[in-house]
Amino acid sequence: MAKISFFRKIISTITHASDDGFNEGRKIAILVLLFIILIATAAIAMVLGAYDITVYDVYKTIFTHLTWGNIAEIPKLHNTIIWNIRVPRILLAVCVGGALAIAGAVFQGVFRNPLVEPYILGVSSGAAFGAALGIVFPAIFFSIQLSAFAFGSIAVAMAYFLARVRGETPIVTLILAGVIIGSIFAALVSLLKYMADDTALREIVFWLMGGFYYATWNDVILLGPIVLICFIILWALGWKLNILSMGDEEARTLGVNPEKYKLIVVVLATGVTAIAVSLVGIIAWVGLMMPHASRMIFGPDNRFVIPASLMMGGFYLIVCDTLARTLTSAEIPVGILASIIGAPYLCYLIRNKGGVIFG
Amino acid sequence: MIKVNDLQFSYGDVPILSGISFNVEKGELCGLFGPNGCGKTTLFKCCLGFLKTKGGTISMNGESMSGKKTEELAKIVSYVPQDHKPPFPYLVREVVLMGRTPHLGGFFGVKKRDKEIAMEAIETLGIADLSDRPYNQLSGGQRQMVLMARALAQDTPVLFLDEPTSALDFQNQMKIWKIMREISEDGKTIIACSHDPNHVAWFCDRVVVIGDTGIVANGSPKEVISETILSEIYSDCCCVRSMNGVQMVMPSCVMNRNNFSVDYATKSVTGMAQDYIGSIKTPWTQKAELMEVD
Repeated sequence: MAKISFFRKIISTITHASDDGFNEGRKIAILVLLFIILIATAAIAMVLGAYDITVYDVYKTIFTHLTWGNIAEIPKLHNTIIWNIRVPRILLAVCVGGALAIAGAVFQGVFRNPLVEPYILGVSSGAAFGAALGIVFPAIFFSIQLSAFAFGSIAVAMAYFLARVRGETPIVTLILAGVIIGSIFAALVSLLKYMADDTALREIVFWLMGGFYYATWNDVILLGPIVLICFIILWALGWKLNILSMGDEEARTLGVNPEKYKLIVVVLATGVTAIAVSLVGIIAWVGLMMPHASRMIFGPDNRFVIPASLMMGGFYLIVCDTLARTLTSAEIPVGILASIIGAPYLCYLIRNKGGVIFG
Repeated sequence: MIKVNDLQFSYGDVPILSGISFNVEKGELCGLFGPNGCGKTTLFKCCLGFLKTKGGTISMNGESMSGKKTEELAKIVSYVPQDHKPPFPYLVREVVLMGRTPHLGGFFGVKKRDKEIAMEAIETLGIADLSDRPYNQLSGGQRQMVLMARALAQDTPVLFLDEPTSALDFQNQMKIWKIMREISEDGKTIIACSHDPNHVAWFCDRVVVIGDTGIVANGSPKEVISETILSEIYSDCCCVRSMNGVQMVMPSCVMNRNNFSVDYATKSVTGMAQDYIGSIKTPWTQKAELMEVD
């Protein structure tokens, strides 16, 4: 019953929305379109790769798996390349891109600053330190990913409590605290780099650039549901996030407790960022750029910006990762590509839309 | 309706408000009046629960405000801040729709009815032509009109307005005061800060005057906007006259310069001219006066 009324609500939103000036019908249609583009991009990316497999074979392999068919019929090589390497890699790219982009959208909204990215509270530096510890002292920190996640979370918690004064966490203090904690951990990473031997140093540098080389189904199964759950909760809080982005006092007058919702939203956004970073390393730009791109299409309403960011973030990282693994015979770390493609885009935004986007 | 009793507040060790008590009845439009820095905005913020009071009680709509949740408060009282500029380009209609937030529920929340209420509020203020413009690109006065519309859409029994006309042109000032009168006649209670004694005298049912030491006066505008009280808070720079029964507050320096009396009808032109000549002060006569004082 609840399900039926939910769908009815969606349908009524679509049908009523067209004539009231709020354009919600059109926006929902664009969201559907974005979703189709995301699926199509993923489908194209499956076919591309260093090892040539025909389109027919690629989809036959995937189709057999999806329909619980007889896997023994597929050539073993195809099965390994498609199902155990490309599919999890693409899914992981979607999850990570989506996670970073929704986290970015949420952080920009809460911190009332369109130039904030998800790493602002020091997650990335903390995670980098954790990963470096794991690489330099494998005996003590047995899992690089776990250690990265733990230190990423610790860094944000430190920034949060550093900024909390008399039951309030003013935005400026929070961002400053993030910068301070971030620079402490960055210094610690440098220290570890200095101490590390050559192999470990290479590994640290590689980790910092980020990439999907080691993507496995386990990563997807770990990250996928978490991203999905956080996304649904944050999406549901989209309207509250609009109110929060007006400022603390405004939020209070409108019946949204800023401290409570800031905490919920920041914890969720940091959580997905920390997990994504600990799995694939630091990938910049997605979390800054994709929310902007969404806002250009949909306006600042977070009920639309959050789902749009998820899909565009996923789309962007599929494109970057596919280029990373097909452009040259050796792989390019995806973080490098994401920045090289991303920076000109932001330049374009500032030069052309600066007035609208940045107020 | 609104009962404030012995309110105390201080920032750290600096006392801002002490012993503030006043009542506002249901459907009254109450003006809050006082010099800069006397604590009007602080008083507002205490009433709205933004600031924790150090003592005293506040109740609205028969309910005590202490310990109320933000969600419940927003259904009782709405607030129009002085000015405020958000970083994101929300459209005016979206900003006004935000006023419906305390009444929303469910997953996507916003219903058709909420949008209609928002659009009605926009129509009431006559800013329909702005409804598709980004809010953060409007002028200060236009933003004030939008925030007023948002407070209307919030549809609460009590409204707090912090200098709602400070950035508006004369026509829009009158429009806002007229709208406030209409709202209060619908049975809603309004408290509005203002720096213009004339506005307060012309439109309010009750005036609460705050000075540096607390409440200076509280009553109908006729009683409160008097030369004695104004000179107490503004140190002798105002004259109060009446024109066809309407109170007018005039700056005394202008009055002295022209020796202009609004009640000129009672005086003959010759009398006025005599007064005028008599009041002319040349540097010499002023000097003589000063010497006498010495």
